[in-house]
Amino acid sequence: MKVDSPLYTLAFATLVCVVCALFVSAASVLLKDRQEVNRLLYLRKNVLQAAGLTEPGQRLSTEQALTLFNRRIQPRLVDLRSGEYVSGRDVESYQQRAARSDPEISRAADDNPAGVRRIPHLAKVYLVEDKGSVSHVVIPVEGLGLYGTLYGFLALERDTRTIAGIAFYENRETPGLGGEVDNPRWRALWPGRQAFDDQWQPAIQLVKGQVGGPAENPYEVDALSGATITSNAVTELLRFWLSGQGFGPYLEKARSRGVF
Amino acid sequence: MLEHYLNLAIRAMFVENMALVFFLGICSFLAVSRKVETALGLGIAVVFVETLTVPLNNLLLNHLLAEGALGRLHPGFADVDLTFLSFIVFISTIAATVQIVEMVLDRHFPALHMSLGVFLPLIAVNCAILGGSLFMSERDYDFVESVVFGFGAGFGFLLAIVALAAIRERLTYSNPPAGLRGLGITFVSVGLMSIGFLMFSGIQL
Amino acid sequence: MKWLPEREWLGKREWRAMADPVFDNNPILLQMLGICSALAVTTKMDKALVLGVSVIVVAGLASLVVSLIRKITPHTIRIIVQLAIISSLVIVVDQVLKAYLYEISLELSVFVGLIITNCLILGRTEGFAMQNPPWISFIDGIGNGLGYAVLLLIVGFVRELLGSGRLFGYPVLTPVNEGGWYTPAGMFLLAPAAFFIIAAIIWALRAWKPEQQEKD
Repeated sequence: MKVDSPLYTLAFATLVCVVCALFVSAASVLLKDRQEVNRLLYLRKNVLQAAGLTEPGQRLSTEQALTLFNRRIQPRLVDLRSGEYVSGRDVESYQQRAARSDPEISRAADDNPAGVRRIPHLAKVYLVEDKGSVSHVVIPVEGLGLYGTLYGFLALERDTRTIAGIAFYENRETPGLGGEVDNPRWRALWPGRQAFDDQWQPAIQLVKGQVGGPAENPYEVDALSGATITSNAVTELLRFWLSGQGFGPYLEKARSRGVF
Repeated sequence: MLEHYLNLAIRAMFVENMALVFFLGICSFLAVSRKVETALGLGIAVVFVETLTVPLNNLLLNHLLAEGALGRLHPGFADVDLTFLSFIVFISTIAATVQIVEMVLDRHFPALHMSLGVFLPLIAVNCAILGGSLFMSERDYDFVESVVFGFGAGFGFLLAIVALAAIRERLTYSNPPAGLRGLGITFVSVGLMSIGFLMFSGIQL
Repeated sequence: MKWLPEREWLGKREWRAMADPVFDNNPILLQMLGICSALAVTTKMDKALVLGVSVIVVAGLASLVVSLIRKITPHTIRIIVQLAIISSLVIVVDQVLKAYLYEISLELSVFVGLIITNCLILGRTEGFAMQNPPWISFIDGIGNGLGYAVLLLIVGFVRELLGSGRLFGYPVLTPVNEGGWYTPAGMFLLAPAAFFIIAAIIWALRAWKPEQQEKD
């Protein structure tokens, strides 16, 4: 057959497609499990960091992280509308990000400066156990930064007011400027600050200039230098998720119950 | 709602300018910016193709490749996730769209084909076009958002390339050091333009 | 069909094919190929390194495969066949990165996918691999990928060192806010600086090798 005959061209194109498809699918199938493990592990390491169970900058091996996570952290699902725990559902398999785009299990958010468009009905929280009782809760937060969505975790102590730690695990900000949201030194400024004021309104904010310790400036944290927009985004997204649209009802219930 | 779309378009045009902030499509940005006229031609072709392909890829991604999208055809496919194929699907859509647009223009709008035709093949491998679709998929835009984003991103590229061409036409009369002549001084100009566009960062309506 | 070189695997011709694109005929600096994604990932050395290696791998393998099937490829569909091969390789690279270097793959975001439209790779498969035997095409692909990676690393070195005082994430010039003396020049992390650095490199290279200067 001639190399430029239509039939040969068609046959060749089909063959190329089949070979490429096989090659790509094989790679995807072979690597899928490992990718999933990686994704979960990465999330868990960040939960541990936010909860203050690992030192800033400390690197854990896979086994260490998993053991620590399984021993100390208990993931639960919370209905954000009522603030109650949801039982009888598999927490591991719940895909919170995918849930946002499904109108049956999410709702549109009111206009907000955090850039949150939809809120899932159910959210994952992570209870941190210490000597048999729950000492902290880690809640997921997200909001629009300069170039994309910032995803992170905020850990609160039992009074639901004192911040125990923070971690941002995904950001598209400029590395070295807004990207410093994952800098361990900056994250170390957070523990001890107060998320809510005396009237239980979200009060935590990032401000420019030198901020003192948690005792002098309980509601303020140093802004990221050179990244005003990212800093404002962090303020807004934390306030959004601490408000009535976010985890407000859940935290209020936990407060009146006295336990998480 | 309208405000949201307007905001998205402005962001795509200025704050996240494909060429000057994300460095996408720089190859053709530099190669086809010697004259304002040709730059305008390429720019319009980019707007056109980008506005077509981003929403098209959005449909393909959400209704064919996404996890569970095939479930509607047959319940057995409910947890098939083909998103790993997105790169190859995107680039094929783009190549095919460019081809079809070229044929349609050639057949029905010969005048337009005369002026845009030469740029269309260039566009198939323009990173700004593929980049538009990749950003769409990464940021989970819905259909309307992807139309707005595609147009905004394309238009931002058009603005940038026409502006650069205008500068380069004047640069012909300048006298830079020998080593900077041509490509070097163009990069310096693009850098200065990029500083200008930094001014837009963080703008929200 | 000449599948393998006749005498040496890495003879003079192979070395030239490998080294030429790095120094004498750098694809980015001279041919303006593939700069698109080169600049966005150079704010950190580790990102630049990973993307550079990915491009080397894709460029080498794509050239090899295209060259292997060059005589049985119908002329009319050769470009789309090359694109299909390149995209498949890029998908595999992306999957491997997600499986083994998850955090960096998050940071690279869309730029791994954009290797597909890196004109450098299509330029080499169409311009070289379609006319040459497999082994030398493979070397040529690797060489051009290397030229690309070296430039990425140089730009990344300048930007990360001056912009945040670090290299590969490790503090080298300790910044002021971490108790050191260096005030990071944040400007280097922003887009314009990348253009200026490339301009400076072009200037330096053309001062060193005047035959590359443009005349008009």
